[in-house]
Amino acid sequence: MKVLVAVKHVLDYNIAPRIKQDGSDVDIAGVKMGINPFDEIAVEEAVRLKERGVATEIVAVSIGGESSKDTLRHALAMGADRAVLIQTDVVMQPLGVAKLLKAVVDKEAPSLIILGKQAIDDDAGQTGQMLAALLGVGQGTFASAVTIKDAEVEVAREVDGGSETVVLKLPAVITADLRLNEPRFIKLPNLMMAKKKPIDTLAATDLAADFSPRLKLAKVAEPPVRKAGVIVGNVAELVEKLRSEKVIA
Amino acid sequence: MSVLILAEHDGKHLKQSTRQAVTAATAWQLPIHIVVTGNAIDAIAQEAASISNVARVIKVDGAQFAHPLAEDVANVITAIGKEYKVILAAHTAFSKSVLPRAAAVLDVAMISDVISITAPATYVRPIYAGNVFATVESADALQVLTVRATSFDVAANGGSAEITSLDAPVANTQSRWVSEEKNVSDRPELASAHVVISGGRSLGERFNELLDPVALKLNAALGATRACVDAGFAPNDIQVGQTGTIVAPELYIAVGISGAMQHIAGIKDSKVIVAINHDPDAPIFRYADYGLVADLFDALPQLNAALN
Repeated sequence: MKVLVAVKHVLDYNIAPRIKQDGSDVDIAGVKMGINPFDEIAVEEAVRLKERGVATEIVAVSIGGESSKDTLRHALAMGADRAVLIQTDVVMQPLGVAKLLKAVVDKEAPSLIILGKQAIDDDAGQTGQMLAALLGVGQGTFASAVTIKDAEVEVAREVDGGSETVVLKLPAVITADLRLNEPRFIKLPNLMMAKKKPIDTLAATDLAADFSPRLKLAKVAEPPVRKAGVIVGNVAELVEKLRSEKVIA
Repeated sequence: MSVLILAEHDGKHLKQSTRQAVTAATAWQLPIHIVVTGNAIDAIAQEAASISNVARVIKVDGAQFAHPLAEDVANVITAIGKEYKVILAAHTAFSKSVLPRAAAVLDVAMISDVISITAPATYVRPIYAGNVFATVESADALQVLTVRATSFDVAANGGSAEITSLDAPVANTQSRWVSEEKNVSDRPELASAHVVISGGRSLGERFNELLDPVALKLNAALGATRACVDAGFAPNDIQVGQTGTIVAPELYIAVGISGAMQHIAGIKDSKVIVAINHDPDAPIFRYADYGLVADLFDALPQLNAALN
């Protein structure tokens, strides 16, 4: 069974985003980048499926410029077998990403496609569902457990107020939530080995006609800051303050 | 042209977030329609019809909606979506699964988690875990978006919309529902509670023992940090923060919570924030209206006693 995982190259999750002086966008020039953490969970799940003998080949796909190869190498070092970079300098948005990924899925014909539930830069959380729609296949969003059963996959999903289990016919699209697994630490030899694994490059313009951004980013700004409050001396004083605010009886 | 809202309910009642979506929809000053999908949903359709400013409720009753699947609900939206100017829903697990799927079929670029609608097609939404607010403009003829419920007021009753029925599309064959595990609690729902009391990892095994009595007295929902959930001291579904539930109660009490950015992003619209932490340098104190530097193992029983 072939598994395709989509990975996004994003600002490192430990780094606070810095806004460009003209407020046009977040400034990512010269800042540490890395694999989107939810996509790392997606890769880990694919690797575990392979280790259990369920998956036979893992293909990692990313979209972007040359720098996205770093994130593909990360996926290869974790255990993906080969990688595909869909090369473009166009700013990508979920619908365009889903269209390009659909083109790769059509070529590769994987049984399972795993993505992170959202990217930590734009926080859109749309790509997996859009890809499933374009492919006309079932979707298992916010997955916390994935079990392959013959020609189907059982997915436990994190939903508001609890969890839900659904079964999807393969091929299917799954989006990984936080608790699906804990991604492995990459050891240096694996990183060296990953350099020998192939990364194919495809031109985005050869794959889909219309992947350009539809939404215009007018500006970005810092969120409003909450005003600092007061430190109270003890519990009694706290309760008195809350009663005078009329937020407790 | 009208605005279409995808309703969410628990089989008995509409979720409060649907009413907040109605308030968001009034920004367009167009007739508002609500589509309710479910099985045996007459009472819920009535409830939707009684919300102020709603012109029409479209009831889609089908056996496959007893446990709704995104594939089936998206088919309803795509069947009627082209007739609308705007399709919106609250940014919940349900709508987050349905609307992007429908948007792709309709070939529309969707806007997620909108906190402010500043013009007919201009939106403010948080990015980078709430560290940055982006203003985006959509040029699509049809707008598809989810709104952050806590950023909009709860629409009151006072309407008497017409209720129409729409035949349910054929059930999808790609996915099927198997089971669910809902965490039953007599506490208010986290996303809509007036008071929320959340604990961090330091509460450890005593999470419920220490927080439950106070939560009971304040009629508060329980919340937890990601670290606390990951450590197994609290269930997944009460995680508060950017990657969990976003809350905006009248009163938010953070106990033993340092104030990681992703947690703050999920609480900063609360009216009053209280922080109880033994570390005076904890970042949470920068966001709290009232801070108490104290050992939570002493402070919580004291708080419980003081509320008598």
